[in-house]
Amino acid sequence: MCERCKAHLAVVGRLALLLACPVLTRAGNLPSGQDFTQIDRGRYLTAVADCAACHTLTGDYPFAGGRPIETPFGIVAAPNITPDRASGIGNWTEKQFDVALRAGRRPDGKMLYPAMPFQYYTRLNDADVQAIWAYLKTLEPLHHEVETNRLHFPYDIRAGMRLWDALYFKPGVFKPDPGKSPQWNRGAYLVVGPGHCAACHTPKGILGDDQEKQRFQGYSLQGWFAPSITNDPARGLGNWSSQDLIEYLRTGHNRFAGASGPMAEEVAHSSSKMTEEDLAAIAVYLKDQPGQGTVGKPVSPGNGMMTAGSAIYQDLCAACHRADGTGSAYLIPDLARSSAVASREPTSVLRVIIQGARTVGTRDEPTAPAMPPFGWQLSDPQIAAVSTYVRNSWGHAASATAASDVRKARKDLKSHTQ
Amino acid sequence: MPRRLPSKDVAIVGLGWTGSILANELTEEGLDVVAIERGPWRDTATDYAPNYVQDELRYRIRHELFLRPGQTTFTFRNKMSDNALPIRTWGAFMPPNGVGGGGVHWNGETWRFLPSDFVARTHLTQRYGASFLPADMTIQDWGVTYADLEPHYDRFEYLCGTSGTAGNLQGKIQPGGNPFEGPRSRPYPNPAQRQPFSHALFAKAAQDLGYKPFPQPSGNMSRAYRNPLGVRLGPCTYCGFCEWFGCANYSKASPQTTILPVLVRKANFQARDNCEVTRINLDSSGKRATGVTFVDTSGEEWEQPADLVILCAYTIFNVQLLLLSGIGTPYDPAANHGVIGRNFTHQTISDVTSFFDRSKFVFNPFIASGAIGMCIDEFNGDNFDHGPHGFVGGGYMGQVQTNGRPIETTPVPPGTPRWGAKWKQAVRESYQSALKPGTGVHGSMYSYRDVYLDLDPTYKDRFGRSLVRITMDFHDNELKQNRFLTDKFADIFRAMGAGQVVKEYRQAPYDITKYQTTHLCGGAVMGTDPGTSALNRYLQSWDVPNLFVMGASAFPQNAGYNPTGTLAALAYWSAQAIRARYLKSPGPLQHV
Repeated sequence: MCERCKAHLAVVGRLALLLACPVLTRAGNLPSGQDFTQIDRGRYLTAVADCAACHTLTGDYPFAGGRPIETPFGIVAAPNITPDRASGIGNWTEKQFDVALRAGRRPDGKMLYPAMPFQYYTRLNDADVQAIWAYLKTLEPLHHEVETNRLHFPYDIRAGMRLWDALYFKPGVFKPDPGKSPQWNRGAYLVVGPGHCAACHTPKGILGDDQEKQRFQGYSLQGWFAPSITNDPARGLGNWSSQDLIEYLRTGHNRFAGASGPMAEEVAHSSSKMTEEDLAAIAVYLKDQPGQGTVGKPVSPGNGMMTAGSAIYQDLCAACHRADGTGSAYLIPDLARSSAVASREPTSVLRVIIQGARTVGTRDEPTAPAMPPFGWQLSDPQIAAVSTYVRNSWGHAASATAASDVRKARKDLKSHTQ
Repeated sequence: MPRRLPSKDVAIVGLGWTGSILANELTEEGLDVVAIERGPWRDTATDYAPNYVQDELRYRIRHELFLRPGQTTFTFRNKMSDNALPIRTWGAFMPPNGVGGGGVHWNGETWRFLPSDFVARTHLTQRYGASFLPADMTIQDWGVTYADLEPHYDRFEYLCGTSGTAGNLQGKIQPGGNPFEGPRSRPYPNPAQRQPFSHALFAKAAQDLGYKPFPQPSGNMSRAYRNPLGVRLGPCTYCGFCEWFGCANYSKASPQTTILPVLVRKANFQARDNCEVTRINLDSSGKRATGVTFVDTSGEEWEQPADLVILCAYTIFNVQLLLLSGIGTPYDPAANHGVIGRNFTHQTISDVTSFFDRSKFVFNPFIASGAIGMCIDEFNGDNFDHGPHGFVGGGYMGQVQTNGRPIETTPVPPGTPRWGAKWKQAVRESYQSALKPGTGVHGSMYSYRDVYLDLDPTYKDRFGRSLVRITMDFHDNELKQNRFLTDKFADIFRAMGAGQVVKEYRQAPYDITKYQTTHLCGGAVMGTDPGTSALNRYLQSWDVPNLFVMGASAFPQNAGYNPTGTLAALAYWSAQAIRARYLKSPGPLQHV
């Protein structure tokens, strides 16, 4: 086709668009908002950013909000982000959406709570924000009013967020490190931006602010300990190959571990839908994160807690996890190489012993094996002993778990809604 | 009036092995499938967890996983002239209940039938003459051959991760396997399980006597396994809590550990548990099923319309639903006419208990699994010349000791008091040095004119529906077979060095209170003649072509093996016919 004809068609096309949507105008040379490539990229990024984890309560009403999110300060419920005009974001402009996503501010000027991880989404680049917006606009508008703020006093006063933002919010798009490979930088972008891994895996200060010096070294939340995802061999992913990590993110399982709790949701909604290239990039970046180094001395095998824990372990746990803790690849987690077991805090170990846990089932690993609860069967001192034993065997080293830790864990678990 | 639900492509009655297989195969075709299960949902960690499942009292003695006779039961009599009475506690067999069905609490013994088993009447008549068979024996050919089923046996074994040693690979006899088996296209997916001392000793003695012992094909994993659907099983720990129990560590093939994780992820599959199907509905012609009616736990009645109905319940319940729904002609033994209820069979089991010198033999019977064991097949089917013996049929036999559980495992020598200090002392002395296989002699039961199922004229269930009446007794042929096999079996234990061998022959009359196996077969059998079979060779009802009936109810007679491998192979065989032919052109797949 000759250049003139092309130009003519372009004019006709733009004219048609203007006639069809007389209210909408877009600046510059951006895609039309109806562009398949952009919408599909938005769909993908929405999965990477795991928006559904909070904004979808049930699969029947995608993105209609209402899911309560537990924070140490009370409950925040995620709003409706479908294009419904009354209860969703149907009346928002793209700019308003961008400000909410990357600056944590609503169109009415009020501040969002950081349960919405805008402090990570701020690293998203412009094209990705536009793509997410283009995708969200294609969703079916669902009318669903959500009462979002269910926080305790004084956190329920949104104005307090001004101070929080001033102290902790560091806005700005991701800046690639020119000294690293494009793959490393892609992984870094996904991890620190849309993937918002630090939201769970980085230790927090008293107001939920990331402790940057301990980046990715693990944090307790929602009754789980999100383990270290650094390359630390003792507490993190040091024993995992990149392939192990990719497989875990894609299927929820690898030869060492199975995802349960909030990570099971992350796998189901997010990382199982990511491309192999992006998962490989994430692996390259995470395998390059330094850990905390030394872990101290284990509790001595002669300790009474260890003797009792060993006996309970052999009696109740070894049938599945085996005497040496290695379990069965892809089915029964390998406690000897588990970062959840080796974590700084016994939160996950106690939770799983008390309440049991089901791992995620995915297309590639549908089995979804589960651990039964033992909380009804074992006393607090017994659980403390077996926790101490598994956390100080097979090369692990951690402080002894006290019966009072178990009592507290039981109390905490009762308070969780999910 | 029942409330009517939106129509489905397929309604499956019962979510055990065959229901799960059919649901998975038909959802693969894109069909919208609902499975309606009378019992509860069951899953490993939530319903039979490792911290309490080893409870012999709860599961073995109190029957936790089985149907409660208070929900529904059967009546029983030995002879047509007797009055049948309701069974109020299970004895001879254990009707399964709940998702997974018998697949939850079976041992995992995963056999194939012999090629000659599928053509029993033709084969035996050719070899011995028609007059060799008792006049009232009603055995018949199945309408399928071993060669038809081989790919489907193979599929089930690879689904389950069956552990075993092939005996016949594409016609070549293999060392260490069962030389009598039909040719298999490839080896078992997993090597045989490791055998404890007593099993190994049995194999050695059998070999010394000239037999060819082989490990029993087992649905207990000899190693970790991932099946073709991507579902994982873990290695068996030899804990000895298989039959009557769910496996707590994902080591026994069951619908839960092989199919259901994939099935429940499918958007076109739905399961309704705790819903009891009360009848199959027919249109006014009586030749087309319109769906099923079921009752939920609130007593509400629901109609589930469906284009295709597949019965996947336990043997007797398949037959009961056919009888209550007026499908097929009920069997009348006096007139020798009709098919529904005809050719009902069980198994002919016996055992020997042997006592060894306790200073020399320590067996550790608790190291076991449900389908562990060393067996011989010299006396199964027609693997030996029956001419001199005056009976037909046979069975495998083996040291298949599945457990050393404390309540059941109390063998004591004859003459020991039944209770008290002396009994306790004898139990203590014998526990480690006596052997009592779970099912030592696993004999066939062939079909007879006066062994059948019909509707009881007196007793009703809680919905007012007639209970099924079982009329069953042992015939001389089976008793002779059992004597012969039990004697041969006892010889092997003597050769092992037992000081005392106590034979427990199977006796007539058939005793409904004594456990044999749960292998009830027949009552809605397959075949090539609508005059003597309820189903054609694809398990399709002759009378209602959009109804298929799975399970051992299709067996025209029972062979000397556990039935699960064969009923699963038949399910895949039928599913293949539905997928390849029926769905393209719904209607009879076989014309007479």
